[in-house]
Amino acid sequence: MDAFLHQVVAGLATGGIYAAVALALVMIYQSTHLVNFAQGEMAMFSTYIAWAMIQEGMPYWIAFVLAVAISLVGGIAIQRFIIRPVSNASVLTVVVVFIGLLAIFNAMAGWFWSHTIKVFPSPFPEKPVFGKLISNHEMGTLGVTLVVLILLYVFFKYTPLGLAMRAAAQNPISSRLVGVRVSWMLALGWGLAAAIGAIAGMMVAPIVYLDPNMMGGILLYGFASALLGGIDNPWGAVLGGFIVGVLENVLGAYVIGTELKLTVALVIIVAVLTVKPSGLFGKVIVTRV
Amino acid sequence: MTALLEVKNLEAAYGQTKVLHGISFSIEVGGITAILGANGAGKTTTLRAVCNMVATKGEIVLGGKRIEGLATEDIVRLGVAHTPDGRGTFVQLSVDENLRLGGYARADKAAMLADIDRMYALFPRLGERRWQQAGTLSGGEQQMLAVSRALMLRPKLLLLDEPSFGLAPLLVREIFRTLRQINKEDKVSMLLVEQNAALALDLADHAYLLETGRVVMSGTAAEIKNDDNVRRSYLGY
Repeated sequence: MDAFLHQVVAGLATGGIYAAVALALVMIYQSTHLVNFAQGEMAMFSTYIAWAMIQEGMPYWIAFVLAVAISLVGGIAIQRFIIRPVSNASVLTVVVVFIGLLAIFNAMAGWFWSHTIKVFPSPFPEKPVFGKLISNHEMGTLGVTLVVLILLYVFFKYTPLGLAMRAAAQNPISSRLVGVRVSWMLALGWGLAAAIGAIAGMMVAPIVYLDPNMMGGILLYGFASALLGGIDNPWGAVLGGFIVGVLENVLGAYVIGTELKLTVALVIIVAVLTVKPSGLFGKVIVTRV
Repeated sequence: MTALLEVKNLEAAYGQTKVLHGISFSIEVGGITAILGANGAGKTTTLRAVCNMVATKGEIVLGGKRIEGLATEDIVRLGVAHTPDGRGTFVQLSVDENLRLGGYARADKAAMLADIDRMYALFPRLGERRWQQAGTLSGGEQQMLAVSRALMLRPKLLLLDEPSFGLAPLLVREIFRTLRQINKEDKVSMLLVEQNAALALDLADHAYLLETGRVVMSGTAAEIKNDDNVRRSYLGY
C-alpha cells in the first residue's frame, strides 16, 4: 500500500511539471490556435542558461529567477521578431516556423554546451524530511508548481493586464477598440509561456538529467495533458497534467513497465482525439444572437 | 460651432475593392451626426476608416489633430469609442469584465470602477447579469453592453454602428433614449450609422446620405427629413 501511495504522490509531482508544460502550450494555443512544438526545446534552453549560471558559481535561486526572467524576455523577442512576421501566413508556414525553432534551439544547446548529459542540481535538501512517501525534490516540485499556478490564476483573474491578455487572445478586434495593444499582449503571452516552460525545465532536469533532448518526452506528456483537459481550457490542462502524471506512474509501475511509459501519453492523445476531441473540460462556447 | 471631427476626401478600400470614393463630413463638438444609406453604401466602412481598421486615404482631424494613420488602439486612447458592427462582445468573459475592458485605457481606476456602477444604473438589465458570461446575453442586452463598454472609455466621440440592428422596437427606443441622455449630460459627440433613417434623424442634428461610397446629400437633420427624395427612398412615406 505504501509503495502504491508513493507511486501516486510521485506521479502528482511529475504531473505538476506536465501541467506547467500543458499550460504553456494552452497559452500559445489560445492566441495562435496552434501547438507550439518548440515549447519543450525553449524550456530546455532556459534550463541550460540556469545551469551555465550555476556553473559560474551563482546561488541556485538567483540563477532560477534570472533564467525565468531571461526566458520571459526571450519569449517576447521570439514572438516579436519571428512569429509576428508570419502571423498572417498560412497554418503550415507557422507550423514550419515552430519546427524550425525546435531544431534551432536543440542544435544551439548542443553547440554551446555539448551533447554530453549533465547533472542539474535540485534546490531542495537531499536528507528526507517527509519520510519515505515523498522525496524532497518531488515535494518541492509540487510546491513550486502550485505557487506558479496560483500566481498565474491571480494574474489572469484579478489584474487589468491579465484581463487584457485574455481579451486579446479571444477577440483581437474588439480588444483594439478598447485600446488594448493586442500585439504586445500576444508577445507577453509568449513570454509567460516561455517563463513557465523554464520553471518546468528546471524542475524536471534533476530527474531526467540535462541534455538537449531532455524535453522531448515531457512535451509529449504535456501535449497529452493539454488535450485531455481540453486544449482551450488552461485549468483543464492543469488538471490533465496531474491526471497524466499519476496514470503514467501507476501504470508504469504495475501494468506496462517503465519502458513503455511514454506509450501512455500517446494512447491518451489518440484516445482523446477519437473519443472526445474537446477534452474533459473543453469549453463549449454558448452564444445567443 | 467648432468641429470635433473633420473628415476630408476620405477613401477606403478592402484590398482592390474601393468602398469609399472621397467623402467629407464633420461632427460638431457635442453634436450627433448621422450617416444614412442602403446596404453596401459604405456606412460601416466609414466608421472603420475613422479608427484605421481599413486602408484609407484622405484627411481625418480630431480636435485639431491629424489622426489618419495612427494605430487603432492609439485613436481609441484619444477618446474615440466604437460600438462595432456585430457588437464586438467578448463572449467568453463576464459582463463585468467586458465593462472593465471598456475602461482599460483609462488611468483613473477609481472613477472607472464608479462608472461601471453608473452603467448598471443606466441599464439595470446588465447589472442583473453582471457575473454572467456575456455570450449568453440576448441580442438587446449585448447591444446595451456594447454601448456601455464604449461609454466606459469616457469618450469624446462615440461611433455607433447600427445600434438598432435586430432589436425589438421597445428596446430600440430605450437605447436611443439613453443615447440622447448621454449626449446631453456627458457632452459625448456621436457619429451614428443607421439603416433606420427615421430613428437616426430624430436623434441627430446633422446627416449625410451615402450612396455607393459617395455623399449624395447633406444638411441638418430637419432639412434631410423634409427632402422629398429622402422621404420616399428611406423614410417610406
